[in-house]
Amino acid sequence: MIELIHTYWLYFLVGQFPDGPLGGLALTVLLAALALALALPVGLVLGLARVSALRAIRWPVSALVHVVRGIPLLMVIFWAYFFLPSVTGHKTEQFSTMLIALVVFDGVYLAEIVRAGIRGVPRGQFEAARALGLGYGRAMRRVVLPQALRSMLPSLVNQFVATIKETSLGYIIGLTEVSFIAAQINTQVFTHATQVYLLLGLTYFILCFGLSRLAVLAERRLGRRVPPRSVRSPGSPTPTATPTA
Amino acid sequence: MIQFNDVNKWYDDYHALVDITETISKGEVVVVCGPSGSGKSTLIRTINRLEAIESGTITLDGQDIHRRDIDLNRLRSGIGFVFQQFNLFPHLTVLQNCTLAPVALRGTRPAQARERALALLDRVGLAHKAQAWPSELSGGQQQRVAIARALAMEPPLMLFDEPTSALDPEMVGEVLLVMRDLVRDGMTLVVVTHEMGFARDVAHRVLFMDQGRILERAEPHEFFNRPQHPRARQFLSDIRTPFAQVS
Repeated sequence: MIELIHTYWLYFLVGQFPDGPLGGLALTVLLAALALALALPVGLVLGLARVSALRAIRWPVSALVHVVRGIPLLMVIFWAYFFLPSVTGHKTEQFSTMLIALVVFDGVYLAEIVRAGIRGVPRGQFEAARALGLGYGRAMRRVVLPQALRSMLPSLVNQFVATIKETSLGYIIGLTEVSFIAAQINTQVFTHATQVYLLLGLTYFILCFGLSRLAVLAERRLGRRVPPRSVRSPGSPTPTATPTA
Repeated sequence: MIQFNDVNKWYDDYHALVDITETISKGEVVVVCGPSGSGKSTLIRTINRLEAIESGTITLDGQDIHRRDIDLNRLRSGIGFVFQQFNLFPHLTVLQNCTLAPVALRGTRPAQARERALALLDRVGLAHKAQAWPSELSGGQQQRVAIARALAMEPPLMLFDEPTSALDPEMVGEVLLVMRDLVRDGMTLVVVTHEMGFARDVAHRVLFMDQGRILERAEPHEFFNRPQHPRARQFLSDIRTPFAQVS
């Protein structure tokens, strides 16, 4: 195993780089990071559209959510890989294909998380912000979303971790990310399949676990700033017909 | 100041406001009362367009506020609204609750907004809680902060939607005290409330509503001593002896 690592560590980390294209773990991390960074704003916009009062906005996005949620990611990747070039006329290379597929797929899942987060904030918060004269955008940005974020965080992390793991599907279209490289190494050494895939699994675990730990820290920081909701509820309503004192 | 002209509102089939025509003058303190479901909350929520209306007009200083082309945010920033459930922003401190709107909407410099917010918090007796989170306050304190937050936009008109109904009885007084203070200042107030003591003492007029209609409009002593409409008489006797009518 030591020998295995000793021989292939650089290939595992960056693929053929700098003599060839970037690959390996570096490519996986880059793909995951870009997918997260792009899927989050997409998810936010789609999520806001899902709670929009305007049907013309809500319905098409809801349809998109239902369609994408109802098919496997692998299918989305195939579509991006085979269908997209037939529309645009030129072939999309593997990295962009995978990135587009991940952003669409995860954007839809994030949209549902955002929607649930917004729905979880009491309606009175939005009304109070609007009653002060804040517009829709400001009321969302300054009042509703900061509160929604707190309840959304665990689900967001869940989705982010899933995104990291989903990059491994790039293997199927020949993207030289870390799983693809591991498979390459496996065919070269041939007799050490268990060790190779053990190392690959460990690599994904470290990435995902690291992100989870970061999220826990973020949650603690948010928790310090925003007191928990349980102590926030106002006093129980008293009978409304109070006799004249 | 506010003029309702033949206003109607429906929730689907339910006729929530029926042919409302009413004028509220500048500096007037009007208490709206009536049994629950009578449309009184709906009525004041139409004044800042938290509720839409289906027909008729509502004008504020001569401006038809339910027209589509009106600057809604500008309209609302000139009307203070206080909710039954306070609705303070829990992720902001008491002070930040009071500076959010002036800084975001009026472009007030943060230092100036803070100073002004502190003065308002002082007025409602809570300057010492400026750095506290809303969750650390009692219900009565939260509602006083909510009033300060509304006052921060210096509105000429304040609307109160059952401001004391969600409070424990011992906290009602402190909120009413703040409201009386506003009355002394000559502010225009429309208050939906069951606090008949408040109505009797400070209101200039009482509107009694039932089933979406304003059935009676009278000065407080008239309303309490010689209610004209049978429903108003019934209502007053119900709230004076809460369980007498159960049969």
